Amino acid sequence: MEATQLEQIVLENGASRNGIIAMLQEIQSRENYLSEDNLSYLSDRLDIPLIDLYGIASFYKSFSMTPVGDNIIHVCLGTACHVRGAEPILEEIERKLDIKAGETTPDNKFTLKTVNCLGACALGPIVLINGRYFGNTSMQKVTDILQQYGYIAEVAPETT
Amino acid sequence: MGSKRTTIYVCMGTSCDARKSRRLQEAFSRALKDKGLHDEIDVSATSCLGYCDEGPNILIEPENLMYHNLNEEDVPFFIEEHFIKGNRLENYILAPGNGELKIPDMTDINFFKHQRLVVLRNRGRLEPDSIDEYIAMDGYAALSKVLEEYTPESIIVEIIDSGLRGRGGAGFPTGRKWQICRNAPGNEKYIVCNADEGDPGAFMDRSILESDPHAVIEGMIIGARAIGANQGFVYIRDEYPLAVQRIKKAIQQAEDYGLLGDHILGSDFSFTLKIVRGAGAFVCGEETALLASIEGKVGRPRQRPPFPVIKGLWRKPTNINNVETWANVPHIIRNGAKWFSNIGTAKSKGTKIFSLVGKVTNTGLVEVPMGITLREVIFDIGAGIPGDKKFKAVQIGGPSGGCLPDKMLDIPIDYDQLVQAGAMMGSGGLIVMDETTCMVDLAKYFTKFLYEESCGKCWSCREGLRRMLEILTKITEGKAKEEDLDTLRDLAEMTKYASMCGLGQTAANPVLSTLKYFEKEYILHVRYKRCPAKVCKALINFYVIPERCTGCMRCVAACPTGAITGPRSEPHNIDQSKCIKCRACYEICKFNAIEDVIVDAIVIK
Repeated sequence: MEATQLEQIVLENGASRNGIIAMLQEIQSRENYLSEDNLSYLSDRLDIPLIDLYGIASFYKSFSMTPVGDNIIHVCLGTACHVRGAEPILEEIERKLDIKAGETTPDNKFTLKTVNCLGACALGPIVLINGRYFGNTSMQKVTDILQQYGYIAEVAPETT
Repeated sequence: MGSKRTTIYVCMGTSCDARKSRRLQEAFSRALKDKGLHDEIDVSATSCLGYCDEGPNILIEPENLMYHNLNEEDVPFFIEEHFIKGNRLENYILAPGNGELKIPDMTDINFFKHQRLVVLRNRGRLEPDSIDEYIAMDGYAALSKVLEEYTPESIIVEIIDSGLRGRGGAGFPTGRKWQICRNAPGNEKYIVCNADEGDPGAFMDRSILESDPHAVIEGMIIGARAIGANQGFVYIRDEYPLAVQRIKKAIQQAEDYGLLGDHILGSDFSFTLKIVRGAGAFVCGEETALLASIEGKVGRPRQRPPFPVIKGLWRKPTNINNVETWANVPHIIRNGAKWFSNIGTAKSKGTKIFSLVGKVTNTGLVEVPMGITLREVIFDIGAGIPGDKKFKAVQIGGPSGGCLPDKMLDIPIDYDQLVQAGAMMGSGGLIVMDETTCMVDLAKYFTKFLYEESCGKCWSCREGLRRMLEILTKITEGKAKEEDLDTLRDLAEMTKYASMCGLGQTAANPVLSTLKYFEKEYILHVRYKRCPAKVCKALINFYVIPERCTGCMRCVAACPTGAITGPRSEPHNIDQSKCIKCRACYEICKFNAIEDVIVDAIVIK
């Protein structure tokens, strides 16, 4: 991110320590992750040790310090989704994309994350992709949903 | 709120929004215009109707009729039939579990009939983005009453007399808290709305903020006046984008109307309100962690006392209440403490909003008077368990709460009774579980959740949860011995007594309450290596029962690994080496032909 953009974010959030989380959220929402360069800029600008910023960035779940893929999948693992079978859906997505939760596919197309509760429990189990809710999902629907975001399914083995 | 002969209210809560209710609203506007009815019939976006299971929901007034499951394509046909020909479309009428009344009024529907609306009184009838509608519903009347007729002290007396207790968890008397904060030394004071609704399975605070944001703002201004604060913060969870957007807009509107800012309504009282978004840490629901987060620090709790009401934000007295608590305040001022204290039980006054979710027929948001039994909520309002499954437990109070079995369902909902039963009010999540939920797995789920969310400051919480999780994992994998259950109990007690903050002190509740009420299930796992709910993968093997299998191929199609084979119309077969025990076949089979055959043979006395 350009220094001028960063400076603007700093100024919009009061240019003080109190606004640091809001600044990180803004950077995260624009770039999907917090780069070392950006954190260093904030550290110098606000006179906060880089280790403190690292502490904040690693403590809060919304922040990521590695770049993410083009599409971000969140599987809700809230209690209501859990009792309606969210884990098998997560595992199915992990199998299909061949990555684990928290990882990004090698072609950078998908990042898979979990979330504790989206608060739309009536729709559970929920998968959220790029902010769009897919409610009442099931293992059977996973391929369909992923295909809408450019996933190419392997040809299913023939069953007799 | 419409001004024409009929209004169609379209629900805009997160669940209906996710089911494209906004496009439904647009389709209604378009179709009414096409038919030339737009001068007679209004279409209005409205706050959450609470019956989230059946969305997108619409309410037609003045008939008080609810329709659901409408697609945008159905709209022209719907308007033609309902409004022009006068036919009520039975397929879309919301009539859950009510066979006798074909065309029920909203108040005939069991889901709504047993509720008592105080905080949610405007639900379904208010456009959340409109401050004018809120004002037309007596909004900000309580604020103006307070500024004209009350001293700060008399506001506090009113709240104390009402018996209102905090709706966020522990249930501390709200008026007392305000009084302590008011009397705390110092001129600069703050108030905070805790909208970091972190309990998974709970969404009432989200819904209040989305549906009636001004009620929260009004409550906070009244509280600030009583306490003597001039600055407030709404600390809101970032996972709720719609709620953030609505409260932001509402604050802007209140500022434009002179309800926030300098000299509110011409008085000598000034108050500003700021939004702080959380960043995804469950522990920030704990008040001292929340304050650290507002100050731009890592959200770790600190030792109390001093309590935030004495030393809070930037070491100044700070009063924190949760969303639902603040939203109760205007109603108490408007209707009086006596009115409020007439609702509820001896020590728990007013109503409580619950999010009724999980394995229950009617999922959604319900507001009920304190003192109602859990059975009434789950079976009368929620219409029980879907399918032919049996009720097993209800989890109340979030990760720090407890699981209560059938025999505890007749206790009245009340702060003290729930604690006695081994659960807690918490913020109000009610997660219903049927026989397909494994209680050991559930205890493991919550323990894992809390282990990941523990800030790590206290050794007892950090290590206690880790060790409990290890034992629970061993149990679900069939590797545990019976003495492990004693160790589990000891660890749970230690974590409870040795941890500093609310998270650690209650972190063992899921384990303790499941051990208390579902010990048999633990023993089945440990001694017999079986999981009766067929959840714990290491302990189950799925087989096709040939006598029941009709060869319909549904399970073959559902199996993600191709482990099931078999020609159509003949019993299928599961290749155990390929089976990943995902339960897809078990859940999709209509003939109960997939079974973990051995389990039914074991009976524990």
